[in-house]
Amino acid sequence: MGKGKKRALGLSLIFTILIFCLFQTGWAGPPAVGDKLPDFTLPAPKESGDRSYLGLTFLNRSFRIPELKAELVILQVFSMYCSYCQADAPHVNELYKLIEGNQALKGKVKIIGIGAGNSEFEAATFKKKYGIPFPLLADPDFRIHKILGEVRTPYFIGVKIQKDGSHRVILSRLGMINRADNFLTEIVKLADMK
Amino acid sequence: MKKILIILALSFLLTHPSWGLSDKFSDKVYTPQKLKPRDSNTHLKVGQRAPNFTLPAVNGGHVSLKDFQGKKNVVLSFIPAAWTPVCSEQWPGYNIVKDMFDEYEAILIGISVDNIPTLYAWLKEMGGLWFPVLSDFYPHGQVARRYGILRSDGMAERAIIIIDKKGVIRFFHVSDINKRPDLEVIVRGLEKVTSPRGRSPSP
Repeated sequence: MGKGKKRALGLSLIFTILIFCLFQTGWAGPPAVGDKLPDFTLPAPKESGDRSYLGLTFLNRSFRIPELKAELVILQVFSMYCSYCQADAPHVNELYKLIEGNQALKGKVKIIGIGAGNSEFEAATFKKKYGIPFPLLADPDFRIHKILGEVRTPYFIGVKIQKDGSHRVILSRLGMINRADNFLTEIVKLADMK
Repeated sequence: MKKILIILALSFLLTHPSWGLSDKFSDKVYTPQKLKPRDSNTHLKVGQRAPNFTLPAVNGGHVSLKDFQGKKNVVLSFIPAAWTPVCSEQWPGYNIVKDMFDEYEAILIGISVDNIPTLYAWLKEMGGLWFPVLSDFYPHGQVARRYGILRSDGMAERAIIIIDKKGVIRFFHVSDINKRPDLEVIVRGLEKVTSPRGRSPSP
């Protein structure tokens, strides 16, 4: 092989690795309002109650958020080790209760927690400690967390799913929700739901 | 070749997972470079008697290992440094699992080579902890050295050491300093000592 060719090959290799790294780190930052979610799959939850909450059949090994039969999905990026997430857990439980108690929203709005850097054991520990009624998925190697732009915790992403299967991000925000009622009013309005 | 090595090193840094994500610590922690995963080689073995120690506690007074003999199993959690990403999000997690330690009749003790004022401010930032934190500051890292886990950079390894009520080491786990050990590691360690709620492990 000629020297020029070798150099070109080397450079293209370096370029490819760099591009790969940028993808890996989620260079794009957190999902922006108005945009689509990056394409990623989540593992179906282990507990059958959690699977049926999401409308997933037993055969589902993994799923994409826009595939869910819901109008609005609220993603909560948390960690068992994050004290703000611990403090916010009762508020997010309250949010779930408000949704499930509202006939106009029940079944249409779903909450999913993603435990950044948490093993299944750790996510389950967090779930048990706070009696969390919605699914928490483990992300032990930060795979999802990287795709979501390496956000700090807790972080909330609202995804509106249209009837035709298209979707867009309607809320992307760092920090505790604090008041569940205010948060719900706001996100339902942003999602254009009644 | 040199170029490729640089690129590989760069890609390694870029893909280094993010620890210490809590918004609580957003701009307050110092992010060190990636460290040598392990930088010590302990002489201690499971089954040996744990070296005794007495260290000052951040909340006042002193704590000795022998205080717990015959009373509690002891889980020592050594962390390398206050105000760094991984450490800042290790102990706050243990804050919600006091029940787990109770079930195994265990007390958790945190140990760091930082001095008391530094640890005091750091624990305040965490919002407080239910377990004692001891300062192994002076003579520097004396206890970490006695346990064979003092690194050449003066920090302790990130280690979980479990000592039973008789004062015998039953579990000795040194993690990659750049990563937080899975909580399940501690549970598996405790299971080697006793079953939950004080039942003896079945033979």
